[in-house]
Amino acid sequence: MADTILEVRHLSKSFGDHQVLRDIDFTVRPGDVTSIIGASGSGKSTLLRCINLLETPSAGEIVFHGQDIGGVKAAAYRTKVGMVFQSFNLFNNMTVLQNCVVGQTKVLKRSKAEAHENAMKYLKKVGMDPYINARPRQLSGGQKQRVAIARALAMQPEVLLFDEPTSALDPEMVGEVLAVMRDLAAEGMTMLVVTHEMAFARDVSNHVVFMADGVICEEGEPKALFERPQQERTREFLSRFMGN
Amino acid sequence: MDKLAKLCQDVVLLWSKYHPMYLNGIKNTLILALVATVIGCVIGLICGILNTIPYSKQDPLPKRFVLKLIRVLVRIYVEVFRGTPMVLQAVFIVYGLPYFTDNALRFDNIWAAAILIVSINTGAYMAESVRGGIISIDPGQTEGAKAIGMTHVQTMTNVILPQAIRNIIPQIGNNFIINVKDTSVMFIVSFTEFFAAHRYIVGVNNMYFPSAAIEMIGYLCMTLVASFLLRLLEKYMDGDDSYELAQEDQLVMAAGTYSHPGHGTPFDEQSKEYRDQARESLKNRNGSTRGER
Repeated sequence: MADTILEVRHLSKSFGDHQVLRDIDFTVRPGDVTSIIGASGSGKSTLLRCINLLETPSAGEIVFHGQDIGGVKAAAYRTKVGMVFQSFNLFNNMTVLQNCVVGQTKVLKRSKAEAHENAMKYLKKVGMDPYINARPRQLSGGQKQRVAIARALAMQPEVLLFDEPTSALDPEMVGEVLAVMRDLAAEGMTMLVVTHEMAFARDVSNHVVFMADGVICEEGEPKALFERPQQERTREFLSRFMGN
Repeated sequence: MDKLAKLCQDVVLLWSKYHPMYLNGIKNTLILALVATVIGCVIGLICGILNTIPYSKQDPLPKRFVLKLIRVLVRIYVEVFRGTPMVLQAVFIVYGLPYFTDNALRFDNIWAAAILIVSINTGAYMAESVRGGIISIDPGQTEGAKAIGMTHVQTMTNVILPQAIRNIIPQIGNNFIINVKDTSVMFIVSFTEFFAAHRYIVGVNNMYFPSAAIEMIGYLCMTLVASFLLRLLEKYMDGDDSYELAQEDQLVMAAGTYSHPGHGTPFDEQSKEYRDQARESLKNRNGSTRGER
């Protein structure tokens, strides 16, 4: 497996005495769409936040393109690994367009014109180009999340992390965000998605990781994992979601 | 009623005789309050920003030590200058410095002394306001900025401070208004502001109460104008509530997103072309429109 893009090795994380993640190992190859599923509190979000260094792992390493990111500047690494949050985290003091431009001009040092053009390209992709002059507070949750996706894409990252992107949305807005994510997956974007949308995990991703109590309980192809779960915990979890 | 008429009479008399002095006092008060508030805000901003530089256990010891030291120093500054009366600070700085240094250090320029004292006082209050303003911003904003690769400095200047400063503008206004009034204690270092004018004028005649009335009205006018201007500033900083929609959103069809002229809600502003068109069709049907009748 020479062409791995991201490798997590023996990753552990504890908050004080409370161990949230234990010995997590998994690999992401370019173009992979990996869904991380599991009950609340199983450590899914913490894992994703560790991968983006928003939390510092207690032990283990994260390897990006064969290089341990322990020795790399977090800011430089984060430009290549984008993140979309459950609560959007759009910059409230900027318009939609500025949200997508500021990272390019300030961090990547692109020219204003180039950043603008690039931002418009991705805003168009998520269908938010009519709203470039709106401020985040004027948008619905689904629209905010689409802008957040455009903001992450505008940095042209190699991997995009999604931390429960639809959990804070009203049901009728979930669809528009998932539609955008489906398009991205179809275009070959490498994505790592923490989600409660089982249909998305099953139909869109090509790899599913089931987590329970801070460890990876089971992982594999979505079809196999959803139809023939090997572990009792996976079966239990899926039956609650699938209603069978 | 007689008393009131007499008071008005005396006020008019005093004003006609001494108004250059009162006006000069107002001018000095306003300049001192304004300059000191601006400098104080800068001091407060610097303290607040230094105070909120994050550090963790993983950082090297020297960095942690320096940051901790900064926090302690800012804390001492804030507690000392917020916890003692400005009159006494003025006395200590203007009379105390030459006393302890045998006149080697002294303020010959009373303006400089007054501005210094009021500024460091305002700075002490603003340091806490700024810190509060910064930590009140949703941590998600910082995470969003970090996630696109911003450093702490970039996050602060582009995302956090613009929002924090907007939130502390009422505090800045508060401090300005407090300064307009509290600079009155600067008579102690013989700074001729508005209240010093009052003290001088009632010293040469005994119309104490009418002069106090002038002072009251003068201070109230200054603070009311200041409040009004600050409201305007806040409104301006909040920006326009409406935004222009270039075209329809393809993915969502929610209320308020219509741009077809004919299909808006009754509350939507309809385009001029549509109104003209509607009027035209009415005209054809009825022969005339309401406007022409």
